[in-house]
Amino acid sequence: MTSNVKIAWKSVSKRFGEKIVLDGLDLEAHEGRSLVIIGGSGTGKSVMLKTALGLIAPDKGHVEIDGQRVHPGDPSGPGLAQIGMLFQSGALFDSLTVWENIAFKLIKAEGVKRSEARERAIEALGLVDLEAGVANREPRELSGGMLKRASLARAIVTRPAILFFDEPTTGLDPVTADVINRLIVRQVKSLGATAVTITHDMASMRMIAHEVAMIENGKIRWRGGLDGVDDCADPAVCAFVQGRSVDD
Amino acid sequence: MNPVQALGRGVLSLLRSLGAMTLFAGSAIRALFGPFYAGQLGLQLLRIGFLSLPVVGLTALFTGAALALNIYVGGARFNAESFVPNIVALGIVRELGPVIAALMLAGRVSSGIAAEIGAMRATEQIDALHTLTIDPMRYLVVPRILAGIIVLPLLVLVANVIGVLGGFLVGITTLEFDPTVYIRNSWDILESWDVISGLIKAGVFGFLLTLMGCYHGYHAEGGAQGVGRAATHAVVSAAMLIFAANFILTSVFV
Repeated sequence: MTSNVKIAWKSVSKRFGEKIVLDGLDLEAHEGRSLVIIGGSGTGKSVMLKTALGLIAPDKGHVEIDGQRVHPGDPSGPGLAQIGMLFQSGALFDSLTVWENIAFKLIKAEGVKRSEARERAIEALGLVDLEAGVANREPRELSGGMLKRASLARAIVTRPAILFFDEPTTGLDPVTADVINRLIVRQVKSLGATAVTITHDMASMRMIAHEVAMIENGKIRWRGGLDGVDDCADPAVCAFVQGRSVDD
Repeated sequence: MNPVQALGRGVLSLLRSLGAMTLFAGSAIRALFGPFYAGQLGLQLLRIGFLSLPVVGLTALFTGAALALNIYVGGARFNAESFVPNIVALGIVRELGPVIAALMLAGRVSSGIAAEIGAMRATEQIDALHTLTIDPMRYLVVPRILAGIIVLPLLVLVANVIGVLGGFLVGITTLEFDPTVYIRNSWDILESWDVISGLIKAGVFGFLLTLMGCYHGYHAEGGAQGVGRAATHAVVSAAMLIFAANFILTSVFV
């Protein structure tokens, strides 16, 4: 690998009660590359992502972004300013209009004037193929696909260097999921961003990934290029990708 | 489980909750220093204060009226009916105004805050705030708590006036008091400390009831059911803390 390490999970462990979710997990995401993390439900993928966002504090180990340690619970830390995040549920603020959601960080964190922020929000809507007319709607008025696209617009409006996608196509029909996947690929490429995606959707993985990592029992079981997924070097990865049990 | 074990677990659980609430309050106070969201404070002043006026006013009116009737009946047993205006005024201003207003707000505001913040937790909106580099404590919690501290004393002032008015209306229409005498007796009995101590209580109650709403909402778990539980816990814990704080403050102020 020639590119620099952008995000590094270093021996990260986390348990909730008796359940060990992450068990000394080590992983790196490289600058300008798209890493897709796959794995069964409850294997700790979302927890892993949240440790990088500082939303969950690891019991042991830590996460670094650009070599600087992420401090859990501190939104003013060095990493978050350069991160855009697409949540599984969209997580748009239901008390705000679509454009206010998209412009939220610009106005509240970067001090951009409302008029300018609105223009940039509408521009971001265009980047995710939504019409400017959507800007004044409330999130509850949007369909699932439109909600995801508006949320993607919020993630990219500040032109972040890192993009996180948590189950970007969950709950969408195959056609809409394909649209979202294409938008993600296009935006990651145009921003030159480092992307980390969590997904169960193998079509999504094939479209988005430069690299794939499979998490199992709180550790990285396998990682490699997209080609390696189909080579079946690891039967568990092969079975997961093909959607069958390992014993079959 | 034997009763001693059950009692021990209950006490430990209570202490854990109190500890967590204290830490949460500490975080909220720390969050006062730093970026301040004036727009959010304005919105909360409107929601918590202005929109609570009808419910607080009506409650105070009926409480003052019922108090006058009860004091009249009790006072008649030892020929002290003439003290109705004095006791209504003192009772409302020192005790009932702050407590009734705070309890009504615990029902209306604490539950509302817990449900709103709880729903934001369930739908990852609080996580989203964090990823947008906005501290949820500063953006969500601080404006609500400040609004509670500012607004409740103002509501209590209104409740005091309307509560005394309730007693006055019953006094002159049912109990045959002379309006001028009633007003003079109500006014003469009050000292400035009676009003000030009530307003201090109101500020403390405002802090407690918004803190409970924010705390339970912030820690809501488990979707719609969790949000419902958070709202219930917010109201119950706010009401209990209001009664406990009222006793402590009254002991200090007497």
